[in-house]
Amino acid sequence: MHELGVVFRVIDDLTEIGKENNLEKIHSVTLQLGEVAGVVPSLLTDAWKWAADRTELMKDAELIIETLPAVTYCEECKSEYETVTYGKICPNCGSAHTYLLKGNEFLIKEIAAT
Amino acid sequence: MDNVRVIEVKRSIFESNDRDADKLRQELRDSGTFLLNLMSSPGSGKTTTLKRTIEALKDKYRIGVMEADIDSDVDAKAIAETGVKAIQLHTGGMCHLDADMTRQGVRELGIDDVDFAILENVGNLVCPAEFDTGSTKNAMILSVPEGHDKPLKYPLMFSICDVVLINKIDVIPYFDFDMDKCREYILMRNPKARIIPICAKTGEGIDEWAKWLSEQIEEARK
Repeated sequence: MHELGVVFRVIDDLTEIGKENNLEKIHSVTLQLGEVAGVVPSLLTDAWKWAADRTELMKDAELIIETLPAVTYCEECKSEYETVTYGKICPNCGSAHTYLLKGNEFLIKEIAAT
Repeated sequence: MDNVRVIEVKRSIFESNDRDADKLRQELRDSGTFLLNLMSSPGSGKTTTLKRTIEALKDKYRIGVMEADIDSDVDAKAIAETGVKAIQLHTGGMCHLDADMTRQGVRELGIDDVDFAILENVGNLVCPAEFDTGSTKNAMILSVPEGHDKPLKYPLMFSICDVVLINKIDVIPYFDFDMDKCREYILMRNPKARIIPICAKTGEGIDEWAKWLSEQIEEARK
């Protein structure tokens, strides 16, 4: 359900961009998704197909998803590690004083259009 | 298709929502209105807690409630019985409310007609946490039967809440619910969270909650 919600946001943004640039047709949309953005790519693609086909501008546009790695920083031992493998606890020193450096992005990178 | 051009967008999809949220917060500040975004899982006792909260504060402040639901007006009817203004916001199948929908709701309530506006968000611990509604403060209800490990499972929700109400404390003896562990897990996600154990059914703990709210409402009026 959340995927459909974010797809609506993407469509709103692209509709705006379409107007600004006098676009007739968007052929493909490239998104950048952080590994821990909380969105499932396959569900996102399904939601995109359903919703984009209901617009003139984005009908049949291909959705390309690029994944951005998630990295967590440990304040205790000043190290960086892979969030998906180790989670909240630092694998180097066992501390829980960590925070996400990157990996929750949800960006529209670029579009191909005429 | 050789006239296809690539347009670099580089825009976060949360950007426009964040802008809307900031706009709403500014409007709330200008009119001295306090907006609380109340979140929880389905069945945690949100509506009952709200009714208690309204009872405790309705003589002191003008209250308005926005009930967000995918599709029904059951909750809005229950709230309207308390005598305060209640409106229903339908998300139309979506799992959360965004800032623009909240702003429309606040407008319908009348931003200058209420001191304390409450948004009862969709019962869900994932999506509402990701979208800033533009509220002044965020609170959530965690009920005892859900278990003390919820903060571990839904870290984002707990990290954005100013207050966590632990509801249904009257049934603690019947569940394997460890209050100390629960506090520890919440504070691990959010060291600044205020934790208030309550029982919406009996009214236990509502005083402390109402006191916190009064302080926030007074602060917003300044």
